[in-house]
Amino acid sequence: MHRRDFLNALAAGAGLMIPLGRHAWAATAASPNTAPNTDATSRKLIVIMLRGAVDGLNVVAPVADANYARLRPTIALGRPGEDNGALNLDGYFGLHPALAPLLPLWEQKKLAFIHASGSPDITRSHFDAQDYMESATPGIKSTADGWMNRLVAALPGTTTPTRALSIGPTMPRILSGHAAAVNLANGAAGTKANVLDRPAVGKAFDQLYADNARFGAAYQQGQDAHREVMDAAAGKMAGGGMAGGMSAEMQAANGGAPLPNGFPDDAARLAALMRNDPNIQLAFVALGGWDTHASQGSARGQLANRLQPLGQGLAVLAQRLGPLFDQTTIVVMSEFGRTARENGNGGTDHGHGNAMWVLGGSVKGGKVLGDWRGVGDAELNEGRDLPVTTDFRTVLATIAERHLRLADKQLVQVFPSMPRAGRLDLV
Amino acid sequence: MNFSRWIAVAAVAVSATAATAATPAAEPLTPEQAAAHVLNRIAYGPKPGDIQRVTQMGVQRYIDAQLNAGMPLPPALSARLAGLDAAQEPAGVVMQRFLEVRAMAKDESDGDKAKRREVVTAIAQQTAEARIARAVDSPNQLEEVMVDFWFNHFNVFSGKGVDRALIASYERDAIRPYALGNFRDLLGATAHHPAMLYYLDNWVSTANGYVPRGKKQGGQKAKSSGLNENYARELMELHTMGVDSGYTQKDVTELARMLTGWTYDNRELVKRNRTFAFDSARHDRDDKVWLGRRIKAGGQEEGEYALDVLAMLPATAHHLSFQLAQYFVQDQPPPALVDRMAKTYIDSKGDIRSVLRTLFTSAEFMAPEAVGAKFKTPYQYVISAARASDTAPSDIKQTLGVLNRLGMPLYGCQTPDGYKNTQDAWLNPDALSRRIAFATQLSPALDAQVLQATLAGSISPKTQNAIAGSPPPLRAAMLLGSPDFMQR
Repeated sequence: MHRRDFLNALAAGAGLMIPLGRHAWAATAASPNTAPNTDATSRKLIVIMLRGAVDGLNVVAPVADANYARLRPTIALGRPGEDNGALNLDGYFGLHPALAPLLPLWEQKKLAFIHASGSPDITRSHFDAQDYMESATPGIKSTADGWMNRLVAALPGTTTPTRALSIGPTMPRILSGHAAAVNLANGAAGTKANVLDRPAVGKAFDQLYADNARFGAAYQQGQDAHREVMDAAAGKMAGGGMAGGMSAEMQAANGGAPLPNGFPDDAARLAALMRNDPNIQLAFVALGGWDTHASQGSARGQLANRLQPLGQGLAVLAQRLGPLFDQTTIVVMSEFGRTARENGNGGTDHGHGNAMWVLGGSVKGGKVLGDWRGVGDAELNEGRDLPVTTDFRTVLATIAERHLRLADKQLVQVFPSMPRAGRLDLV
Repeated sequence: MNFSRWIAVAAVAVSATAATAATPAAEPLTPEQAAAHVLNRIAYGPKPGDIQRVTQMGVQRYIDAQLNAGMPLPPALSARLAGLDAAQEPAGVVMQRFLEVRAMAKDESDGDKAKRREVVTAIAQQTAEARIARAVDSPNQLEEVMVDFWFNHFNVFSGKGVDRALIASYERDAIRPYALGNFRDLLGATAHHPAMLYYLDNWVSTANGYVPRGKKQGGQKAKSSGLNENYARELMELHTMGVDSGYTQKDVTELARMLTGWTYDNRELVKRNRTFAFDSARHDRDDKVWLGRRIKAGGQEEGEYALDVLAMLPATAHHLSFQLAQYFVQDQPPPALVDRMAKTYIDSKGDIRSVLRTLFTSAEFMAPEAVGAKFKTPYQYVISAARASDTAPSDIKQTLGVLNRLGMPLYGCQTPDGYKNTQDAWLNPDALSRRIAFATQLSPALDAQVLQATLAGSISPKTQNAIAGSPPPLRAAMLLGSPDFMQR
């Protein structure tokens, strides 16, 4: 059944290849620089990358497939209602119970999964596979920039300092490139004043870095973005979603209860920033700790402990974006999946296909997309893991084209030499 | 943006990148610049007086002395290290303390909780303090640089379970003694150390079908039964041959089978400080075919043979030479230099000191375009600032906090590839303002004139002018926060 759905979607998608994109481009290009960037940047994309290869077969688990329980005697999730049971998705697949906060989004059809998706490159090296997923050129290591950086350059409208941002202490490969992009520290430090806000200190260092061929641009981008983020946090931005500033808004939304540290906290901050600063259009967050070679657990345990804050954070993000969630698509992806068979240590080794998660107000969710072939011995790739039946770039291109309204010509720049495939019935 | 404009922008970006490395004029280095260059590369930057000292003794003699690494530690440093229990004690002793408090985790009182936190924090901080104190104050600077280099090469993550208790021993017993020695010895020491066995799960890897002998055997969970290929993969991909050097998934699995039974026993570790055990019952006793070689069943010797082979592969020679040249010369190291280093590696049977001598005596290493070409990692930035200021960090918590905020927590890289050392990895808008904040924090205690003399040879005239025209209280911060001090 899933297979047929997918083929139908492909057939329908193929006919819809481009029209929206070009019109969107024309429409926004006709009104450049008016009321800063609001129209051009009104459609948002947030990418969450799970570094280390999350075990997709225990995220969206084929609990109705007898092979699944056979391959994973100690770590399989049970059928809904059983011990260690998954949460029912569609009668065949079940969701990991630690992701319960996402179930309402599934029921509202704002959450979809694309199973057996990933990179066509067969590498099982974390580092190469992440690199390919961030450059979007599998098999080609020489690509200098990341696809989100090419995307921000290709999207219509003018690029402002905070248009593309990452949360974390380093600039990820996916956002590296010639277009401006910034990174904000995790936690509250990301929106706090710093020493360069003191006029004398700022002036002294401006002098040192002005015209510096190597660091001048990064320094200036940092300063510009910092000011914009400070303004957004203080509620000073024109066209921002809320007056009164971020801390007031965040406190109100928390209902007094502090969020746990880590991703839920950063997710709440990101949502507030995006509502307050309409110039932010693309955002990226990476989360680690998914390389579960041993003792990964089933409904509880190591993997569950990682999924819990992720699910909670995504729910917080969706909720805190408020009306903006309707214009936002969130993608969760990981470099490859893990072996279908559990290993000798209650864990799983490096695999191939995985599940991508897509959520957002305009997502046609409530379904598991993709060409799903089961986990029978004959269906497994090299006898050990899921084949990749949907290229990750097909998912991303569908979102770039349908949601971000990226035109054909630009799409080729962002995803060069992408396989010819239709679009998914996803957004 | 249309496509041709995109191409144009991309071209500008590429040429700008290429130009940065060549910022200094392509004239031969002055003796002062040459001294600053070697101090920035094979040491963590100059301390007060170092530039003059190296200029006088000559760069070549300095390099030789650093390769010999035979200078005694200053008494103050020795005394400080002697007070750091976790850094001195055998692995088993630290492990015992760690396991004792970890066992309290079940229904513990508030007092127990505080005690547990205290013990675990002390282990972590003493381990880190030993590393940082040596990096700042040891006269054998190259040894300290190589300890950091090899730690990243054979990275383990202190946040994974018992590795917190094992890191000090791992660095002291498996890395430091071989940092300038023979690569096969270094490889073997890391392969046998419980920190690595635990981190990459080889300690639980067994022959498929192995049936554990009862639950409490060896004092550990014996529920494991089956192959775990985590270590075998990274051993080839990261530690030796490098990715794309021709091995297959089958080679990974076969190597994992050869290494089954390489483990350690917690009880033996705590009791007798036995850090390694070969458990023949867990070992896969069938023949294997690995990298085209037929491997006869041979117990532990199969794994030793694999390390022998891996250490001497041309792919390994090249992979290691590339990484060393990238660390010491340029993010994109000159291929001809890498080839010469790889040849030295093979000729010397993996002698790290010989490979480094080829590197340090090369024209490429001393070329004007190499000067300042490397962007400091956060660790290098923090250590070099401490050295330039001649202030060994007294509050280790503060130093560790700075490294956390700069995205490079010490012993905190989760993934086995370790921290990168390239500009792409570390230069970002947020990093510069955070480094500047750190420089400003450090500066009130510093004399800008002394600092400027210490850094002679690596501060450009433009920066010097801007500093001379700024209010005196800001000058020390400006030196340590300058573009010139961000690079090495």
